[in-house]
Amino acid sequence: MSEAVAPSIGVPAPRSVTQEAPLTRWLLIGVAVGFLGLFLLLPLAVVFTEAFAKGAGAFFASFDEPDARAAIWLTLIVAAIVVPLNAAFGLCAAWSIAKFSFPGKSVLITLIDLPFSVSPVVSGLVYVLVFGAQGLLGPFLSAHGIQVVFAIPGIVLATIFVTFPFVARELIPLMQEQGTVEEEAALTLGASGFGTFLTVTLPNIKWGLLYGVLLANARAMGEFGAVSVVSGHIRGLTNTIPLQVEILYNEYNIVSAFALASLLAGLALVTLGLKTLLEWRYADQIAGRRRH
Amino acid sequence: MLRAGLSRKGLAKALAVLAGASILLAEAAQAATALLNVSYDPTRELYRAINPAFIADWKAKTGETIEIQASHAGSGAQARAVIDGLSADVVTLALAADIDAIVNKSGKITPDWQKKLPNNAAPYTSTIVFLVRKGNPKKIKNWDDLAKAGIAVVTPNPKTSGGARWNYLAAWGYGLEKFKGDEEKTKEFVKAIYKNAPVLDTGARGSTITFAQRGLGDVLITWENEAFLASEEFGKNKFEIVVPPASILAEPPVAVVDGNVDAKGTRAVAEAYLNFLYTPTAQAIIAKNYYRPAHPEFAAKEDLKRLPKLELFTVDKVFGGWAKAQKTHFADGGVFDEIQKQDAATK
Amino acid sequence: MRPQNKMSASVAPAKKKARSFTAPSVIPGFGPTFGFTIFYLSLVVLFPLSMLVLRASELGLSGLFAVATEPRVAAALRTSFFISFAAAAIDVVFGLVAAWVLSRYEFPGRRFLDAIVDLPFALPTAVAGISLAALYSPNGWIGEPLADYDIKIAFTRWGILVALVFVGLPFVVRTVQPLIAEIDAELEEASATLGASRAQTVWRVLIPPLAPALLTGFALAFARSVGEYGSVIFIAGNLAYVSEIAPLLIIVKLEQFDYAGATGIATIMLAISFSVLLAINLIQAWSQKRFGHV
Repeated sequence: MSEAVAPSIGVPAPRSVTQEAPLTRWLLIGVAVGFLGLFLLLPLAVVFTEAFAKGAGAFFASFDEPDARAAIWLTLIVAAIVVPLNAAFGLCAAWSIAKFSFPGKSVLITLIDLPFSVSPVVSGLVYVLVFGAQGLLGPFLSAHGIQVVFAIPGIVLATIFVTFPFVARELIPLMQEQGTVEEEAALTLGASGFGTFLTVTLPNIKWGLLYGVLLANARAMGEFGAVSVVSGHIRGLTNTIPLQVEILYNEYNIVSAFALASLLAGLALVTLGLKTLLEWRYADQIAGRRRH
Repeated sequence: MLRAGLSRKGLAKALAVLAGASILLAEAAQAATALLNVSYDPTRELYRAINPAFIADWKAKTGETIEIQASHAGSGAQARAVIDGLSADVVTLALAADIDAIVNKSGKITPDWQKKLPNNAAPYTSTIVFLVRKGNPKKIKNWDDLAKAGIAVVTPNPKTSGGARWNYLAAWGYGLEKFKGDEEKTKEFVKAIYKNAPVLDTGARGSTITFAQRGLGDVLITWENEAFLASEEFGKNKFEIVVPPASILAEPPVAVVDGNVDAKGTRAVAEAYLNFLYTPTAQAIIAKNYYRPAHPEFAAKEDLKRLPKLELFTVDKVFGGWAKAQKTHFADGGVFDEIQKQDAATK
Repeated sequence: MRPQNKMSASVAPAKKKARSFTAPSVIPGFGPTFGFTIFYLSLVVLFPLSMLVLRASELGLSGLFAVATEPRVAAALRTSFFISFAAAAIDVVFGLVAAWVLSRYEFPGRRFLDAIVDLPFALPTAVAGISLAALYSPNGWIGEPLADYDIKIAFTRWGILVALVFVGLPFVVRTVQPLIAEIDAELEEASATLGASRAQTVWRVLIPPLAPALLTGFALAFARSVGEYGSVIFIAGNLAYVSEIAPLLIIVKLEQFDYAGATGIATIMLAISFSVLLAINLIQAWSQKRFGHV
């Protein structure tokens, strides 16, 4: 953040033309903090209050359970498969949509948005309709002994579906806003296509890409509804963290349920760490770009 | 071109991980014979106690070490999962209608399943009771009290919860007796109870939480075992269990999933598992977990003492079986839908 | 290996077609990226969703119409779409303020607040629902003081609204934020130099380029809210005709093994959401052509 844009509050500096009056500024901050506090901080506080309701010992003991570990491990595997795939897709989709013009673009963008509007219940159900025993491919799969739904592949597919649009949706408006001028210049100067992408496009979109990947990852790890339909709920085998949380909660093991949930809430803190690191690493670049 | 190369690499990598994961899983599954028991929500504690006993029993008898996998969710959702290919060896569900659905929709269970095991294939039964706040401030004693104005009743949604259907049928059965078989009066009676429900949670545990933790309502209608469990979990001095003079006999049935055990070669152990539920060891565990054992003679006396005597009527006798009850009351356009419709109009 | 072969097979014709399909451009890579986009989209989204429509088609058009106009379904659809619309609108207003404040001002706790914006995605929806119900129920931190004024939130329609505002919030903030970061400071300075007041600058210079992103954020938050299940059922009362959402009816139909009815409701919801999203995306494409920015 450059100084001209992000002045530190409380330090009485001469007001620049690109700042709001202090009163407006404080008012806006008040509204934002109040709103985020009400809708985000308080639920987060509930999660941690419940997780530590019986002390730190009970909190940490929750992670010693073999079922909990299996759930954490499964969640990590699923995210590790899903996020790179959807990131690759997002880059491809954004590149073809933002850098070229072709008919039917709005329809294509809408189709990419579609998984957001599908109820999680349904996003699991569609895979049951395709791969389930009564589904289209069911007889073929069971004849060959392949289990898709109620096993890991089904969980991966359902997770891909619900996180499908994230990266693409983050990148498309950004790359459209940036246009093709910089890429065209690089290409004219003799850079290769991929070289242009790496050295010109990628630095321009890295924040959008990061947001997209973080969101996709958060949602991949936190998805409940869709995964619940295709998981089969087998303890220690096909339960992801959100499903394990539900099971623990239903067993009145509320401390463990919220302890595991706090792990997912803690993802936000990972986000914080990563962004701080990147902001620090690219501080000059960011500051420079504001005034190019 | 390179762009595609990148994504291809990503895809290949993901596929490799996926394959690896499946192999790992397959290996884990092959390591020991694994029996998958697909059950409904409130039986977690029960089967968690029974499974080690059966594993030890089976090892003593055959020398074979087996593993029992447990899957718990709503009874209807579990039946659907089995129909859609969840490879359950045995199902232990909340109501016969759900097992009948597996019979009819997938053919994986033979139609005569209820005759294959004693007591209508129900190794344990339960009933529907009330949980009220300490001291019973609203003086709730019977089903009639639930229909009174000013009482807030917490019960789950019969459209989504198996347990809720038992609650509804218990109220209906009581009403039928009270009004000497007058269906219209019974309907008004049950309607009055549901008019008192400020929330219809989607599952039995959801309702328990709403009542016990959110502090909503004067009375929770629930399974007998659930009432004991809840008062144990949330503090015995906060709640009281009220047993109405008459209620329904809930028979949660069990069955071997023939199609799956034959494909997996686990029939012997699956059948042994269900038969084990009727043994003295298992029956004692069942009573300890607040279920009513099929063979009370095997249970500890102090466990039985907690389960009071009351008049119990069955679904078969009052409603002509689950299939009929389901169709008349809970299907779309059924009696419960009518009750809710009129209910909404008055709200 | 097979999916790869399939992919290159689908890439090649796409490339050929691309020659006449796209406007001429020196930028390379349309064929492979477009091909992969279409292939992956078809495999992961369109094929499974077509199964949904196929199952629903068992009902026939008249059957589908009968499902949609059944009073209980119609009431649930109205509840879902109306409250989602309201929630998305609230998210746009406060999301914009939040995104602006988080990217433009420095104040204690800014980074932390910025980080937890993603919370609604990471937190399993059931946990979110339980936490919100705990907060807003008559014995909760927020519910208790409100109960003194006889205001009920949990287990009413307001509860649904609260859950949906929570669920949709990150969509707005995260869509707008990168664009706020992109705004050229020179534009603001130029505007100020030319005598515009700060308010004028904000309204005339800063908000217009953000409008499309806000619209996108609105569309996404709305679309997501319509289908949301997990967080809503814990805080809504789930009473038919009053606080019952459409996804709950899908579950109800499934519970009766009525797949055709369940997929029917799902298809109706899909069709409405698709139309709303398409309309918004078309407005954006039009505004891009007309005003030269997204």
